[in-house]
Formats: sequence, C-alpha cells, structure tokens
Amino acid sequence: MMKNAVEVHDLVVVRGGREVLRNLDITIGGGVTGLLGPSGCGKSTLMRALVGVQKLAGGGVRVLGEEAGSAGLRARIGYVTQASSVYDDLTVAENLLFFARVLGVDRSAVDRVVEAVDLASHRDQVVGRMSGGQRSRASLAVALLGTPGLLVLDEPTVGLDPVLRRDLWALFHRIADAGASVFVSSHVMDEAERCDRLLLMREGRIIADGSPDEIRRKTGSDDIESAFLAIVSEDAA
Amino acid sequence: MNSQHEAARSARASAGTPISPRITLAVAGRVLTQLRRDRRTLAMLLVLPCLLISLLWWMFDATQGSVFDRVGPALLAMLPFIIMFLVTSVTTLRERSSGTLERLLAMPMGKLDFLVGYALAFGAVAAAQSVLAVGISVGLLDLDVAGPVWLLTLVAVADAVLGTALGLFVSAFAQTEFQAVQFMPLLVIPQILLCGLFVPREQLPDVLGGVSDVLPLSYAVDAMQRLTRTSRTGEVWQDVAVVAGFALGGLALGAATLRRRTA
Ligand SMILES: Nc1ncnc2c1ncn2[C@@H]1O[C@H](COP(=O)(O)OP(=O)(O)OP(=O)(O)O)[C@@H](O)[C@H]1O
Ligand SMILES: [Mg+2]
Repeated sequence: MMKNAVEVHDLVVVRGGREVLRNLDITIGGGVTGLLGPSGCGKSTLMRALVGVQKLAGGGVRVLGEEAGSAGLRARIGYVTQASSVYDDLTVAENLLFFARVLGVDRSAVDRVVEAVDLASHRDQVVGRMSGGQRSRASLAVALLGTPGLLVLDEPTVGLDPVLRRDLWALFHRIADAGASVFVSSHVMDEAERCDRLLLMREGRIIADGSPDEIRRKTGSDDIESAFLAIVSEDAA
Repeated sequence: MNSQHEAARSARASAGTPISPRITLAVAGRVLTQLRRDRRTLAMLLVLPCLLISLLWWMFDATQGSVFDRVGPALLAMLPFIIMFLVTSVTTLRERSSGTLERLLAMPMGKLDFLVGYALAFGAVAAAQSVLAVGISVGLLDLDVAGPVWLLTLVAVADAVLGTALGLFVSAFAQTEFQAVQFMPLLVIPQILLCGLFVPREQLPDVLGGVSDVLPLSYAVDAMQRLTRTSRTGEVWQDVAVVAGFALGGLALGAATLRRRTA
C-alpha cells in the first residue's frame, strides 16, 4: 500500500498573471478528502494540477508514486471536471462506451456505473436533453469507469437533491474503502461532515487541515460552517 | 487491487507508442456517431456540395465553350477543403470549451489518437461527400473526365483531410467558435484566389506564382484539372502526394500545438 496517494511540494501556479496557488504543500492519503474554500480560491486549479493538465510555475506534484501527468498515471486517475464534460449530442450509454474504449475497460463497466449514478432509466437519452443534475451524474459516471487509484472530483454533487447526494457520498466512501483515494471539492458545508479529512483553502493556501471533528474542536464551533467562517476571519486578520 | 496493477501496467506499456489503434478508432467512431445525431449538419455536408456544383453548371449552361469543364473540377477540389476546415475547427473548439478535451487529455489518450481519429472520421465523411458530388458532376452534369473517376474522389478525400488537419491546427489559436470561423478568410480565401481558378497559375505575377506554388489547394486543383484533361495519372499522383504531405504536416502542427497542460 502506498503511503500517500498525492504529494504536493512547494506548488506554485500562475493563471492570468496572478499567483493562484502559493507554495502549496499537501499530502493526500486514503479515504475521502474534502477540499473546501470560497469561489476562486484555487480548488479547481489544484485538481487540474493533480491530474496533470495544469501548467505549473514551480514545485512538484507526485501522484501514486509517479510524476503527475505522466503517461502511466492517466489510466489510474478518475477525474470529473467542474463543468460536466460529456458530449451533449450523444446518449449516456454512447458517452460511457466511448470513454470505456479510451480507457480500455470492458463494456460491462458501463452498466455498473450507470447504476451507480442512478441513470439506468436514462441510459439511452441524449445528454443535451437532460437536466443539469442528470448531466453532472453522467459526467461523474465517466470517472467511475475504470478502477482508479485516485478519484479527483471537482464539485460532483452540485445541484443534486439530498437523497442522491447522500447516495453518492456513500459511493465515494465505498470506493475509498476498496483502497482508492478520493479527493472531492465542494461548496456545500454539510458535505464537509461526510469527509474523513478536510482541507480548507483560501487564496491559494491551505488554512486548515484535519478531520471535521478536529476542525470544529479547534475553533470551538458546533458546525463546520461556523468553524470555517471563524478560520477565514482569523486568517484574514 | 489486482486489476488496478494490470491497468497500470498496460497503460505503461502503451505509453511508449504515440498512437493506439483502439483509442484512435474510438475517437473516429464517436465523431461519426455525433454527426449521425446532427441530421442538419450531415445533410449540409452531403447535399450542399451537390447543390453548389449544380448551381455552377447552371450558371455556365448558356455560355459558349466548356467553362464548366474547367471550373467544375476546381470547385470539386475546393468544397471538401473549405467545408471540412470549418466543421473541424468548430467541432474541436467545442471540444475544448466543453471540457471534454481536458478530460480526454487526463486519460490515456495520445495527441495523435485524437487528431488522427478526427481526420479518419472527417475523411470518411469527405469520401461520401465526394462520391456524391463527383457522381452528380460526371453522371448528371456531363463533366468530362479523361482520367479514372475514382482518382477524382481520392483527390477530394486527400483535400478534405487537409482541411481537417488545418482546422485542427487553427483551433489551437482560437478561444471562441467566432474566432475560429475568422481563420477562414485568412487561411482559405487566399488559397482559393491563387489556386488557378481565376487566373491560370502560370499567368500569375512571379511573386504570387511563387506563393501559389507553396499553397496546398493549388495542387489539389491542379490534380482535378489534370484528371479532366488527360488519362495520364503520373502527375496527378505527384499532386496527391503534395496534398497528403501538407495534410500530414498540418496534423503534426496540430499535435505540436495541442497542449496537455494549459495555463
Ligand atoms: N482559464 C483561466 N485563465 C486565467 N485565470 C483563471 C482561469 N481559470 C481560473 N482562473 C483564476 O484562477 C483562480 C482560481 O480559479 P479556480 O477555478 O481554481 O477557483 P475555484 O476555487 O475552483 O472556484 P469555484 O469554487 O468558483 O469553482 C481564480 O482567481 C480565477 O480567476
Ligand atoms: Mg472550481
């Protein structure tokens, strides 16, 4: 078993002339790790760096023991971009079959992931004519096709109802229990409670790191939301 | 855990080769499925060239001589090039802006898998398009073709792949579909002006003749016109080779400008 799925060392990313990530040091182990922070703080940028599609200005990222973005890694990472990245003019099943062929996984995986995101009754529907939540589930299903050692999910549950969110988080934990590391960003504070470990990010830096319990205890708050606000105002001061 | 290691091993094994037939064909198949869904675009791709070539025939119907025999082949060479250039640059741009390209590049997809997959798909569409356009020109509109008709189609396909390759290339420089379409006047119209349709290439001023000599569409039009005049195919193959060379060069440029990591 690998010690850390992700090791980020002194990472600097510049986007649009601004330093978006500043000398970031992070390790991500097993379980479900949540990444929380205000809009524009750099969550998506960090995720792009992990999957190897972000240009770096300094530092390094190692994933599953290899340099992030190396060819051997690409089949071992499942990635969901923030905007649902599936083909609007294809059906759910056609989308999944295509990505399954790219990944070289058996087509039986398609049925499995369609069930997992609860889209079995929509599998032959064209994605462009589905609701926002259905589309983002189709996009999530793509990331579940292989048996990735690391799942990077950028706000995968935005716009979904509480029941479905609960089911998906249960799925993330099952995947983590099976040995993969799951890294999820979120805006929704009640989802933070469902993470094994939380990273709070602000302006490209990590300002708190620990289990939900630890973070609440440290700030003496009852819920993550007020803990988060306390930490942010302390950091801003 | 075991399957994970296997996946890792096979990924590492395939990482050495720049192109994987499985993934390339998956891309081509997907692009064709998307086109099949998009009835309107498909109809435009297949019917429009036939309508335009018929219009051209009609225009010259009342004039003396065989103007259609001279201009028709040039149009047959230009249409697949222009249409595939537009379709490809807009489609790949859509792939960039929708995030699917980012997702694919985070997967075990080689740049060449992506580019060649597109070239295959649009090459196939171009073949269908050209069979129809050439069929109508020769069968219905009495275009005189001295050489083999199938070679006319092959030139058209090479030309379409060239358009696809250029379209893939310019999509790297465009942020929006609007910008992508603007590349057409820049890259395509000068080629149309200088390809020998308006002024025979040998009568162009020296400088322009030189420019015309390095533009791929000139060779495609030359090939088409040669095929209508003589049954000797040697020079036609040379022209096809030049067009194919430009297409390969375009794909190589496309691969060079397709960045896995972006800012
Ligand atoms: N394509 C881009 N070009 C230039 N700057 C960018 C680009 N994308 C994002 N940025 C900038 O990088 C910073 C971080 O963006 P990022 O997308 O990582 O934020 P985020 O934490 O994911 O926000 P959100 O919660 O809204 O998704 C922002 O300030 C943004 O303006
Ligand atoms: Mg984001």
